[in-house]
Amino acid sequence: MLNINNLHAKVEDKDILKGINLNINAGEVHAIMGPNGSGKSTLASVISGKDEFELTQGEIIFEGSDISELDPEERAHKGVFLSFQYPVEIPGVSVTNFIKTAINENRKAQGQKDMPASEMLKMIKEKADLLEIDRKFLSRSLNVGFSGGEKKRNEIFQMAMLEPKLAILDETDSGLDIDALKIVANGVNKLKSSDNAVILITHYQRLLDYIVPDFVHVLMDGKIVKSGTKELAYELEEKGYDWIKEELV
Amino acid sequence: MNLKDKLLSSYIAFEDHLEDDSPLHDLRSEAIKTFEVNGFPTKKEEAWKYTSLKSLLKNDYSLFPKLDHAVEFKDVKKYFLHDIDTYKIVFVDGVYSSFLSETTHDKLDVCLMSSALSKSKYKPVIEAYFNKVAKEDSLTSLNTAFAKEGAYINIPKHQEVDKPIEIIYFSTGNEAALLLQPRNLIVVGENAHVQIIERHQCLSDNAVLTNAVTEVFTEKRAVVDYYKIQNDCRTASLIDNTFISQERESNCSVHTFSFGGNITRNNLNFYQKGEHCDSTLKGITILEDKQHVDHNTLVHHIAPNCESHQNYKGIFDDASTGVFNGKIIVSKEAQKTNAFQQNNNILISDKATINAKPQLEIFADDVKCSHGCTIGQFDEDALFYLRSRGIAKKEAQALLMYAFANTVLESVKIPELKARINKLIATKIGVNLGFDI
Ligand SMILES: Nc1ncnc2c1ncn2[C@@H]1O[C@H](COP(=O)(O)OP(=O)(O)OP(=O)(O)O)[C@@H](O)[C@H]1O
Ligand SMILES: [Mg+2]
Repeated sequence: MLNINNLHAKVEDKDILKGINLNINAGEVHAIMGPNGSGKSTLASVISGKDEFELTQGEIIFEGSDISELDPEERAHKGVFLSFQYPVEIPGVSVTNFIKTAINENRKAQGQKDMPASEMLKMIKEKADLLEIDRKFLSRSLNVGFSGGEKKRNEIFQMAMLEPKLAILDETDSGLDIDALKIVANGVNKLKSSDNAVILITHYQRLLDYIVPDFVHVLMDGKIVKSGTKELAYELEEKGYDWIKEELV
Repeated sequence: MNLKDKLLSSYIAFEDHLEDDSPLHDLRSEAIKTFEVNGFPTKKEEAWKYTSLKSLLKNDYSLFPKLDHAVEFKDVKKYFLHDIDTYKIVFVDGVYSSFLSETTHDKLDVCLMSSALSKSKYKPVIEAYFNKVAKEDSLTSLNTAFAKEGAYINIPKHQEVDKPIEIIYFSTGNEAALLLQPRNLIVVGENAHVQIIERHQCLSDNAVLTNAVTEVFTEKRAVVDYYKIQNDCRTASLIDNTFISQERESNCSVHTFSFGGNITRNNLNFYQKGEHCDSTLKGITILEDKQHVDHNTLVHHIAPNCESHQNYKGIFDDASTGVFNGKIIVSKEAQKTNAFQQNNNILISDKATINAKPQLEIFADDVKCSHGCTIGQFDEDALFYLRSRGIAKKEAQALLMYAFANTVLESVKIPELKARINKLIATKIGVNLGFDI
């Protein structure tokens, strides 16, 4: 589904991604771990098309075609979704209106008509229930005044509504209490199928108990320096990152 | 003959027609003198630096149009807040239309300036309030000199008016160019509540220049919510001079929605005369082509322990121009004043301009004043967030503009009006938002 080859990216003359290789097949869950500032969020943004970052080398093949020149919305239309580490506050647009607009814009790109209002309402209710989101919450301005956990839950709600092929969850677990973590993980698992894939960016092994990854990658200084199975996450939890650094030299 | 001379010479005839014992005789002759000396303001004056009336003064305006009832309700229904019941004071080409109006109420005086000025029962109110808060600048004086018709609203003590009052000035275009000078007087008694919507609406493509003066007196603990809808045609220009005098513990808000018109100048003045007053001044301006809107606000904190909140937002496309000139004066006695002012603008086109100038004159030492002005394009992070959800750039920008403007509506207290303005904003921004409001 996703093949990233030798990807280099920089921002304002600073190299951040320095040769990323990553292959993800439909049906898989990949976890990406790594120290602060190693480039995890940058990788997520680059896959989603944030133009702040300049690609200097490499390619991002999604379902057979290079998407690295596409606009963020075009990538979304192909099924790429990013759950933001820091969701943006947008006063004046309610969660419901935002998601309705997003759904219909995606449908428009697919050559479909707007989703009928009744169907939309039903879907919103269903997904809100899945994530145990209070309906009142949906009429509030997008992310404005939301607690850290509420913001993350709202990101997953959007994912549930948009049903992407590739979901990149950037530290979705941070800010969630134990109960919320279970609800969100359960939501993600319910949406998981053999046709879609998930990239989990996280610092904590705990999330991986709930959403079990097929592969775990360690990103350090802009490169994937180690890959393994979920046991690698336990090792990292226990030993930190120093031993990998030592292995590298 | 230029417009000034035309006005001066027709004043003599106008005065002749009025009854001799008009209580306003002296006021008028003073006022016309002020106008004679000062004339129309030019860009040389600091307060008019960014707004030129020159292009408007070239027209040969008709000053006293003939009565005409050519307006059918069904043709103008859309300009009213028609989904709810309201009181209506409607004028067509400056003349009261009893046919379109709806003022019946035993306890309120919702009527005409002309009758208030001529009938003896209104004399005490006129003597106590008329021209008592209006400034003596040239344009206000011009209006005072010719003051004859407009809305007269007097809400007695403790009266909560049951529905909003709409004041609408239509111009039909029966005259090639028309000058209108409506004069409104609104007195809101102690602890009384009222909501007012004012609109000037041209029904053709002929030139209209309106020089309106509105005086609002809010007595102790009165609550007044005033909404100005400025969505007129491109041939219509408006100079709105509004003066609000607030007694203690009164609460007054003015929302100005400027979406249309040619040249619009809003002189909005608040005078807080008693303690614990609250004043709110909000505006949304959305312009395109060569439209021009100038918001010139004054909040004068005269008494202690009062608050004022100003929040003006503007979106400027094409070669449109905006001006925000917000003055706050805090007198020496006005300790513990809280005065806030925000002016945020988005320029969509390279040719659009905004001139923003906050002016604070603070003579008291224990006050909280803040002002902020932003002129920006779009928040890149917000734009990326929306686009990453599949919302195309153009729509994402529109959604952000809509959101930007929309936050000003939170304080609109009439739900139907809020919905109307919300829809207007969406249409104005030119996007199908894909949701109902
Ligand atoms: N717009 C930018 N301008 C300058 N530097 C940037 C920019 N964006 C990211 N960086 C830098 O790139 C590096 C990688 O940042 P990134 O956010 O990808 O790290 P991360 O691995 O997600 O870290 P964390 O675990 O703290 O979320 C950091 O050193 C960061 O300061
Ligand atoms: Mg990060």
